[in-house]
Amino acid sequence: MIYIQIFLALFIPGILGYGGGPSSIPLVENEVVDRYHWMTVNEFSEVLAMANTLPGPIATKMAGYIGYDQAGILGAVVGVFATVAPSLILMIGLLGLLMKYKESPQVKRLTIVVRPIIAVLLGVMTFDFFFSSYEGEGLWQTLFLGVVAYILMQKLKVHPAYVIAGSLVYGGLVLA
Amino acid sequence: MKQLDISIAFFRSGILGYGGGPSSIPLVHKEVVDTFKWMDSDEFGDVLALANALPGPINTKMAGYIGYRVGGVVGMLNAILSSILPSIILLIVLLTTLNAYKDQPWVAGMTKAVVPVVGVMLGTLTWDFIKKSTKSTLGWKWTIVFVVASVILMELLNVHPAIIILGLLIGALVKKDKKKEEGKKERSSA
Repeated sequence: MIYIQIFLALFIPGILGYGGGPSSIPLVENEVVDRYHWMTVNEFSEVLAMANTLPGPIATKMAGYIGYDQAGILGAVVGVFATVAPSLILMIGLLGLLMKYKESPQVKRLTIVVRPIIAVLLGVMTFDFFFSSYEGEGLWQTLFLGVVAYILMQKLKVHPAYVIAGSLVYGGLVLA
Repeated sequence: MKQLDISIAFFRSGILGYGGGPSSIPLVHKEVVDTFKWMDSDEFGDVLALANALPGPINTKMAGYIGYRVGGVVGMLNAILSSILPSIILLIVLLTTLNAYKDQPWVAGMTKAVVPVVGVMLGTLTWDFIKKSTKSTLGWKWTIVFVVASVILMELLNVHPAIIILGLLIGALVKKDKKKEEGKKERSSA
């Protein structure tokens, strides 16, 4: 049942991604690429790139597209619901309890202990992306694009959306 | 009119926020506290702390809760849809169009060139998480222990990340507090 798979693939990252949408991205990749094989690493990076050039919350955009890609509009609805609903229901349902404990060290610790794991997942994903690009385009193109993108985004503070748009133009003309 | 205000507030803060939910929090604050005056800055801080205490995307938790407070269940749905729907539709249209031309060499070239760029963005995000982690109560030593342990578990032993995260969450809740830790409280940036 595809809808149940979509629900599970996005429910797990939604309920475990501490620290907002971006920290659930590697968890989503883990489900979508490694477990269900709905996309290759390259396809996932394409979706992530496009999602990053567009404004708005990242987790729901990804969930909506992944659901739509697998099972149409209803798939998109299921994907977004799985991402949004569980934590929202918890928030409204546990309001009293949360109000009491939101400053407690235990609750604050939740985000802290999960952070290194998310870092590892992100690091693995980074490696996968570069390796896949190395296999496809070779060392020099990968290095060139990586270094230029790094300088533009980190040193010259160019907005990522422009850098991605620039790389699309470069790819369409040079790597075609 | 109230529902229209909710739509405007969350549409604007959603469509203007680049880089995912956490980066649009200041925009939500501006709409909710300054423009529509639904709550004051302290209350907003409380709601943000609440949202941070739970997993999942931050933006939809904020939108859902604030929408619910201002306009009931309809307000909740209104706020969530206003903040997420426009960008989801844009993404689906964009990628579906691109997929239709998948076999064209120039589209294939575009999708290849973008991979290292996203790699750089993810690498930066990885470093941000490591840095934040070393500055939290974990410090360098425990961050390295956590990182090495999770690399071994996930990459060599193929343990699902969900199991590791669940284990850590339970550990964090159960562990007794040392007095030392309360002094240096983590300032969450989200």
